[in-house]
Amino acid sequence: MDTSVNEETRDVRRRSWRDIDLRAVAPFAALILLLILGALVNPNFIGLNNLANVATRSAFIAIIAIGATFVISSGDLDLSVGAMVAFVASLMILFMNSGVIADPALMLTAAVLFAVVAGSLCGLANGLITTVGRIEPFIATLGTMGIYRGLTTWLSQGGAITLKDPALQEIYRPAYFGSILGVPVPIVVILAVTCVAAFILYRTRYGRHVVAVGSNADVARYSGIPVNRVRTIAFVIQGLCVAIAVLLYVPRLGSTSATTGILWELQAITAVVVGGTALKGGAGRVWGTICGAFILELVGNIMLLSNFISEYLIGAIQGTIIIVAMLVQRSLVRKS
Amino acid sequence: MRKGLLGAAAVAVMALTSVAHAQEEKKVTIGVSIPAADHGWTSGVVFHAERVAKLLMSQHPGLNVIVKTSPDPASQANAVQDLETQGIDALVILPSDPDPLVNAIKEVKGKGTFVAIVDRAPSVNDNTVRDLYVAGNNPALGQTAGEYIKATTPDAEVVIIRGLPIPIDQQRQDGFDKGIEGSNVKVLDRQFGNWNRDDAFKVMQDYLTKYPKIDVVWCQDDDMAVGVLQAIDQAKRTDIQYVVAGAGSKDMIKKVMDGDKMIPVDVLYPPAMVGTALEMTVANFYGQVPVRGVYTIDATLVTKDNAKDFYFPDSPF
Repeated sequence: MDTSVNEETRDVRRRSWRDIDLRAVAPFAALILLLILGALVNPNFIGLNNLANVATRSAFIAIIAIGATFVISSGDLDLSVGAMVAFVASLMILFMNSGVIADPALMLTAAVLFAVVAGSLCGLANGLITTVGRIEPFIATLGTMGIYRGLTTWLSQGGAITLKDPALQEIYRPAYFGSILGVPVPIVVILAVTCVAAFILYRTRYGRHVVAVGSNADVARYSGIPVNRVRTIAFVIQGLCVAIAVLLYVPRLGSTSATTGILWELQAITAVVVGGTALKGGAGRVWGTICGAFILELVGNIMLLSNFISEYLIGAIQGTIIIVAMLVQRSLVRKS
Repeated sequence: MRKGLLGAAAVAVMALTSVAHAQEEKKVTIGVSIPAADHGWTSGVVFHAERVAKLLMSQHPGLNVIVKTSPDPASQANAVQDLETQGIDALVILPSDPDPLVNAIKEVKGKGTFVAIVDRAPSVNDNTVRDLYVAGNNPALGQTAGEYIKATTPDAEVVIIRGLPIPIDQQRQDGFDKGIEGSNVKVLDRQFGNWNRDDAFKVMQDYLTKYPKIDVVWCQDDDMAVGVLQAIDQAKRTDIQYVVAGAGSKDMIKKVMDGDKMIPVDVLYPPAMVGTALEMTVANFYGQVPVRGVYTIDATLVTKDNAKDFYFPDSPF
């Protein structure tokens, strides 16, 4: 699918409800089906508390997956994000433990900036290795995944890195557990990040370039798009999103270990694809991605709340639900 | 790398001292092969192997202990071979995966070397493979927790967070069921938390949604307890009386020591057991006492009174 067509369908969609883009709506249809299923399984499921819990904890994968939407739309893949979460979070906690700034509030501000810079640099490294080094993104980020994970294990000596200062913990805690006007902070962050990402992807020149590069890099190059720069920036956006996820992750448990973020890269990629973005690149659906991340978290939640599913079968049923969700989407799209 | 240098330095120092004491002290070299520190428990193993090795070498000037860590079974097999070529009198090994390593271990044993296996036993675990087997007690870890819950809260409604679907996890579950047998303790649910803090947080959050009243949580692992406590705290639920974890990490032992209401006890599955094997192997050479056989370490109940015996503030775990 090419950019202009994509833009056109969006315009049409605004003009008339009869021409709704089913491909964009499909993930939400799957989500509604899941919500109905969940309500049948356990009446507590549909409670506001439970849904808020699930949305809140889907924040890490959702925000990482927004970054992944850019990388995947531009035709690349980033496998290092799970390890990057662990690495950036460990660095951030070590920085806060170092106590270079005495005032807790100032220290926290510095730590937030530090994490954002660290995440962006990790993303930049991935981007440069892929574009300047001309290494397949799959292999390049598999390599950096090992590096980030290994460095985390080394920093923690295999154990855990824990935030020591109780004063810092106290002022930082609301970043995950607090709420703004009754909405948990992580949900507000998801919405804010998604709005910004949607604006960049759909409304800016850079966003159109991402999709163009993902559809056909050669054509994009001949049309004068700086392909490598576009791809590298997508990796930096991914790094930035990882850093934002870290900012929410650290206040939750106040510690990291060598197992933090294991397999999160696969969850993020699954969220992106369930949300309707093609793995081969060339089309990005930011709101679909958020929906995908929420679906993944809901599936686990429904399994756990049900009384009749053996704990040994959870993995198999999760896999089935994801495939069924994809089939539902596919059938909707065909009808259009 | 730091460990490697430390080990090398220790070897050099020992080489010098052993020359000095050549006449008075018997010379013994022991190789220790353990998994690399990739999560909390194994990082404790590495810490205690090095701690006990240092302690023993200062007690016995003729003794040389070489500690090697390996990330996977294949490289551990190589490490065992390397140790063998350096000429060792004894091998203390905590295999990352015992069965693939059996041949490498047998090779060493065949040369007349004393072999001690720690924690993870191969399917054929007799004196053709090893002289000494020091084992943690997985069924007892569950049973001790179960018996404590039965004694403290005989009518408790308990939710359980399991580890991964592997045999040792099943042994712990069976032990727990044996522990609560004949009481009114009711198990509401068992789900897997993958021995991971974040997953345990999620499972606990869902338990709290699913059950309006929970008395006790048994999560059998100190790492998972971190997530469980956070989830309970967030939900502001006051019905949960306490959480029983296990292993013996410094954070949880500290909570027990400080009399934390939510963590009144911990059940031991100590990474320090590698030190037990090392001490017993050394006793075989210097004390000339019989140590061959199977030594099973109790899953000791850590309470406020004895917690300080199991507290290692310097350990990463």
